[in-house]
Amino acid sequence: MRPLTEEETRVMFEKLARYIGENMQLLVDRPDGAYCFRLHKDRVYYVSERLLKLAMSVPGDRLVSLGTCFGKFTKSSKFRLHITALDYLAPYAKYKVWVKPGAEQSFLYGNHVLKSGLGRITENTAQYQGVVVYSMADVPLGFGVAAKSTQDCRKVDPMAIVVFHQADVGEYVRHEETLT
Amino acid sequence: MGRKLDPTRKEKRGPGRKARKQKGAEVELAKFLPLGKPICFDIPVHPSEVECGPIVWPFSATRFLNCLFVCFEDDSEGEEQRSRPSLGQKEEEDTDLQLNVDIDEQFMLPSSEEIQKENILSFTTFVACEPPDNMEVLKDFRNKREEGRARQEYLVLLHQDLVAYYSYSDFLLEKLMEIFPLPELVNFLEANEVPRPMTIRTNTLKTRRRDLAQALINRGVNLDPLGKWSKTGLVIYDSSVPIGATPEYLAGHYMLQGASSFLPIMALAPQENERILDMCCAPGGKTSYIAQLMKNTGVILANDSSAERLRSVVGNLHRLGVTNTVVSNCDGRQFPKLMGGFDRVLLDAPCSGTGVISKDPAVKTNKDEKDVLRCAHLQKELILSAIDSVNAASETGGYIVYCTCSIMVEENEWVVDYALKKRNVRLVPTGLDFGQEGFSRFKDRRFHPSLKSTRRFYPHTHNMDGFFIAKLKKFSNAIPKVQKDEEPAIEPASQEPAPEPTSEPQSKRRKLERSKVAKGKKMQRPASKGSSLQKLGRASKSARPSPRTLGTRPNSRKKHKMHQSGQ
Repeated sequence: MRPLTEEETRVMFEKLARYIGENMQLLVDRPDGAYCFRLHKDRVYYVSERLLKLAMSVPGDRLVSLGTCFGKFTKSSKFRLHITALDYLAPYAKYKVWVKPGAEQSFLYGNHVLKSGLGRITENTAQYQGVVVYSMADVPLGFGVAAKSTQDCRKVDPMAIVVFHQADVGEYVRHEETLT
Repeated sequence: MGRKLDPTRKEKRGPGRKARKQKGAEVELAKFLPLGKPICFDIPVHPSEVECGPIVWPFSATRFLNCLFVCFEDDSEGEEQRSRPSLGQKEEEDTDLQLNVDIDEQFMLPSSEEIQKENILSFTTFVACEPPDNMEVLKDFRNKREEGRARQEYLVLLHQDLVAYYSYSDFLLEKLMEIFPLPELVNFLEANEVPRPMTIRTNTLKTRRRDLAQALINRGVNLDPLGKWSKTGLVIYDSSVPIGATPEYLAGHYMLQGASSFLPIMALAPQENERILDMCCAPGGKTSYIAQLMKNTGVILANDSSAERLRSVVGNLHRLGVTNTVVSNCDGRQFPKLMGGFDRVLLDAPCSGTGVISKDPAVKTNKDEKDVLRCAHLQKELILSAIDSVNAASETGGYIVYCTCSIMVEENEWVVDYALKKRNVRLVPTGLDFGQEGFSRFKDRRFHPSLKSTRRFYPHTHNMDGFFIAKLKKFSNAIPKVQKDEEPAIEPASQEPAPEPTSEPQSKRRKLERSKVAKGKKMQRPASKGSSLQKLGRASKSARPSPRTLGTRPNSRKKHKMHQSGQ
């Protein structure tokens, strides 16, 4: 376990900024105590200082997880967000997409969101903007990338993809063993 | 207790899967049997016989066939040897068959007389054959016994019947017979054939129970609150969608968890901002409940020795939005060395699983004495390291909750009693207002009287998995150290000389110690760096004459040592 290097921090924050923009600041400066990012076995964990102290005393090879896993660095040192980060992305997300109840299931099985399943979308979402996907009951379901801007969404046919799927909470069941 | 969790309302709809299987097997078997053999399936079933399905005694194919034969036998005089066809078939070579037949006949006599008296009727008396009859006799042995028959014979027969009917191993059934009085035993065995109701726990970190219930009802789930004792539990009766894959589940609004798993956490009663250790955490249900009660404050160390099972822990904790947890993969026995100073420790010890037979019927046959003792040994090691990891000086805590999903005395009371002897702990009430008291005496063993404050839960009385919960308070102010040969916490007024529950290595150690003492060497206790405070604290205790025979020895040694150090 170690703190992130400069480069890793930059790569990760760039990725995070796609979804939560400048709200990222709120993750770092929290009123309820200091939080930090730590790298352990290529995974990035977001932990409070107090928890970090406890985790320090666990032998490195015995440590499985601490705090919240945000994602992992790939072998080509890109950063990939995991669904486990959703708890922190959802409250700060700038651009959101709501899917209709009928399309919920499809999204949770790992499919893209089609125009026919699109319930609402934040105004002026740009194309390829990172978005958090919600159900109509405002339950965060995952995140992805807008395939079309809000304007374009109005025009496209019902079967066109509007959000590319990146991660969804169905992965807790589908990929339980690769989450960390 | 929830309305639907009420054990008295449990209903079994006809013969279950097991009975069907068994019947199938018997039909198969019949094909291979020569014609002269007693099993004959083409006895027409009389309508009145069919009605005897839902009767007092559980009805199954075996039992049914038995009864047919009993009828058959009554008609034709000369066929005594066929008294127990389905069993008798297989046991033809068996030497105890003779005994069976004998006793059977005796059981038959009263019942057939009854029938002659009442003239018609009641196939039910037939169906409810030996075990209840047997049980009747055993209940009122003085009056109902057959002359010249020992109680033991009745018991042996009952044992055999139950083993055959419920397909338990001899060993396990014997253990169960020791634990339960006979009528209760049948209830217990019967309850193990029925699955427990599915229960879920609301994740209050993300939602409220009312909202969750509404959301699930909208998905076509039929549910109810779990009971007065739980504010977060819900019972699921039936559902049109898989409960383990609804969007609510995936979003972490609830956790699938047996009702009995709520209890240890309620006993643990974690407070906010505490430091808590969950020693055997997989699959993370209890850990997340702790986090939920702490509102994600403080820190939790969730440990499990199995890396594989930890995957589900990590998944579940993230899904439920638990952020105050470190997950580690250490051996629980390493714990005081690895880290200590926890406010509370939950030890959900690995066990033989005799409380969850309805979940895993394999337990019926695949456990033997060795397995139980192996578990018990591991549990003793774990409970000591759990106690050592607790900081007794903690302002809010200093508690250890020990629980198992086993109902064996060896894995429960015995282990706790061992801990009471070995460490500065005492039992405190669990804070659960239901459940049965733990045993303070069992067969020839006498445990510490305070073991009454532990709690046992059974499938047939509480309609949840069999469970044992003990809450210990560590009261020594000293920093947790290995304190060997400690007197039990509470000074009982009259403590019987308890037969020492010795596990093997421990007895070895004791022998070793004795031999060392004999040599007159000054003992070098490996891990104890007993502070002077501890010694002072114990001085008065060891000065008091102890009534215990075995316990006195180490004590006197200690006194000796203290004396030395005092000089």
